[in-house]
Amino acid sequence: MTTANEYDVLVMGAGLAGMRAALAAHEAGARVAIMTKVHPVRSHSNAAQGGINAAMTDRGDEWEEHAFETVKGSDYLADQDAVEILAQEAGREILTLEHMGVIFNRNEEGRLGTRRFGGQKRARTFFVSDFTGQAMLHVLFEQLIKARVPVFEEWFVTSLVKDADGRCAGLVGFEIRTSQFALVKAKAVIIASGGLGRVFEPSTNALICTGDGMAIAYRAGAALMDMEMVQYHPTTLKGKGLLITEAARGEGAYLLNRDGERFMKRYAPNMMELASRDVVSRAEQTEINEGRGVDGCVLLDCRHLGRQLIHERLRQISDEVQSFAGIDLTKEPVPIRPGMHYQMGGIKTDVDGRCWEMHGAWAGVPGLFAAGETACLSLHGGNRLGANSLLDTVVFGRRAGRCAAEYAREVPTPHVPDSTVGMEQQAVSALLSRHANRDSVATIRHEMGVAMHTHLGVFRDQEGIMAAKGTLESLRDRYSRVGVQDKGRVFNTSLIRALELGFMLDCAETIVCGALLRRESRGAHFRTDYLYRDDEQWLKHILVYHQPDGSSRVEYLPVRLTRWEPKVRIY
Amino acid sequence: MITIFRIRRFNPETSPSMPYFQEYKLDTERADTVLDALMHIRETLDESLTLRCSCRGAICGSCSMRINGHAALACKTKVQAMASERGVVQVEPMNNMPVIKDLVTDMAGFWDKVRQVQPWLQPAGQEPEAEYLASSESMNHLTGVMGCIMCGACVSDCAALEADERFLGPAALAKAYRFVADPRDGAGRSRLLALNEPGGMWDCTRCMECIEVCPKGVGAMDRIMSLRSRGIQAGVPSTCGSRHAEVFADLIYRKGRLDEPMLAARTFGLQNLSRLLSLLPMALRAFVRGKVPKSGPLHRAIPGVEKFRRLFQRMEERP
Repeated sequence: MTTANEYDVLVMGAGLAGMRAALAAHEAGARVAIMTKVHPVRSHSNAAQGGINAAMTDRGDEWEEHAFETVKGSDYLADQDAVEILAQEAGREILTLEHMGVIFNRNEEGRLGTRRFGGQKRARTFFVSDFTGQAMLHVLFEQLIKARVPVFEEWFVTSLVKDADGRCAGLVGFEIRTSQFALVKAKAVIIASGGLGRVFEPSTNALICTGDGMAIAYRAGAALMDMEMVQYHPTTLKGKGLLITEAARGEGAYLLNRDGERFMKRYAPNMMELASRDVVSRAEQTEINEGRGVDGCVLLDCRHLGRQLIHERLRQISDEVQSFAGIDLTKEPVPIRPGMHYQMGGIKTDVDGRCWEMHGAWAGVPGLFAAGETACLSLHGGNRLGANSLLDTVVFGRRAGRCAAEYAREVPTPHVPDSTVGMEQQAVSALLSRHANRDSVATIRHEMGVAMHTHLGVFRDQEGIMAAKGTLESLRDRYSRVGVQDKGRVFNTSLIRALELGFMLDCAETIVCGALLRRESRGAHFRTDYLYRDDEQWLKHILVYHQPDGSSRVEYLPVRLTRWEPKVRIY
Repeated sequence: MITIFRIRRFNPETSPSMPYFQEYKLDTERADTVLDALMHIRETLDESLTLRCSCRGAICGSCSMRINGHAALACKTKVQAMASERGVVQVEPMNNMPVIKDLVTDMAGFWDKVRQVQPWLQPAGQEPEAEYLASSESMNHLTGVMGCIMCGACVSDCAALEADERFLGPAALAKAYRFVADPRDGAGRSRLLALNEPGGMWDCTRCMECIEVCPKGVGAMDRIMSLRSRGIQAGVPSTCGSRHAEVFADLIYRKGRLDEPMLAARTFGLQNLSRLLSLLPMALRAFVRGKVPKSGPLHRAIPGVEKFRRLFQRMEERP
């Protein structure tokens, strides 16, 4: 598919949110293209295993219940108008996906089957074995081929371009294979480039999850919101921290401590292993910290589920545990621990993906949209429910795509000088021409990851967050001097990793900024020096803006409540 | 454990740009994968070593490469299992596609072939209000082939592709099967007709490499065989490929052994004289080398052929 240099809508990222947005914009009649640093099917949406939530009202479920459980899961930090849309549009979206060709699991009547997931009383998670994300991603890619949407494949975006009026005007990036820079103009840009997991070490996230989109939006003037809300998933494999799906517990697996006790009964007597993720992760970490763990882990026990169920519904993790830990799920419990998994925060958007507010409640960049993990509506607030992220990508990807297409109809083609490309190119050349010193991008990245995991993990306090802040400052300084060994122009991944590190440092700083400010414990943000949720002071979002001098400026927005007053959260 | 990684490198920017092998010595641990080792090399020894990798968990399909001569995902391959007695592991880019740099190959051709099979659901009739009804078995069956992560390993090691680059190859054909076997798809016949063309389902030589190297158990060759039988069942026009399969089976049924001259005559047809004559030099060479049985080129049924026929009957009863 040949590409041009001007579009109505340009999407950054080709995961589920990006492809769904591109398809929606295409259906709405816009000329749309995607720019992505990896081939669409290599995107990290692949990693979503367990399923996608939807309250299908035609079979007796209630969207209000799904919405409430999402709000409760968020520890009341989610904006309830956004959550209502998510829950109301979920069923329709599942059917659209099914009609596109997703091979959802069926029940005996040949209709869509469900399984249980955490934080929810009812089984409303639709799934494809335990590779739901992959099955959806590949089907959306099929639809992308059908619609002939052009893709700038393996292009690395370096910045967002604005016109003289401060409107979003396109993206500057380069083709990884040739290092050829280009400015691709667009009336609207949708950022759907996923999360920032690699800011932490270890993380369940793929190596490509480096917060690129969040950082370029931040640098261009968009607000990053609730960045302190970082989800630790309760079941990640010891070692590299690979993900083991919540579906294992959804299908009935137990969590055990060293004494073989199902310890969740002391933390969440009603929901047990299926309490929301922040609760389970804290319980596990407490067991480990208090000496009831096994080599820094607790145990996930699937033995009683039986070989057939494991083969049909948990095949991928069964293979994964066998390949990467040498353990047979059906015979032995698996050592697991909480691991960094998801960023609830991100680029502040409204319910149609806009990253600017027309009534002036917050600033931002007109013409810029965002969707998926990159974005923060906020849907997930302080803690995301399992199987709500896939739903988020398709519902709000579609809404952003449609809204961007409508927006593009009403605005003229932006004027931007072509010299913009030259400036970006020079910055990269400068980085390339820097002499290598003893330091390396890999070392700086590793130290950042370890500091973030140590001080901004499951438990946090003032002293630790300040220590991380200090580390980041010194790493920032070292980053300004580090060189790149490979000076070539063809597929220079050494250069790519250096540029990604710049994005990650920006993201890390905003996480630390939010975590220092929020002096309470809410959702995934648990401060041992402020043990309780403080609705009087902190029922609000933290928005961080980038200042020209590199520092940050903070604003607050109240949480939008529609029908659920904050209550004590018990599982 | 000291391991020597012998890596085939290529940089088009150096001149002359010829591929060469470079060795890196590394202390690896028991649990390390080849990807761990490669990442360690590029982070501590040589930043310029270039490869694609992302998920580290065998789901994104980025890190396919040839390890000791066979395609595999580096993230799923243990160093320990691959190291030779001397502790050497050889790593090369995938085969059957151009190399861009080091272990990075150009997969444009791969995706072109996937696009050729019209890889999207084409339902017949009106879209239902709710979901399509489909049996649990049919959807479970499709998870096998939907598990394909498009890593390219099967295409890298496909023997038929090496001989003829027009062959669609195992990945694209497995993708085609995903639709042909989907009860919601209404374009099965036209798909099978397209696959009946040269370069399609009949060009697989059944070397099994694609099954051997697939990191996800997709079993591309088995899917190609299923496409063939579905094609024959759907009555797509016979080709040399389909006739070869049918005549082969028929000869075994009747004679209990392979009758090569008959196989050729019936596959190509007696009227296709030029094609049959073109086989003569091969037949002569076979004769000179003593490969033609003493009883002459034409075969009778073997004693006890009834046993074969019973096997056929049993297979037909239990397909």
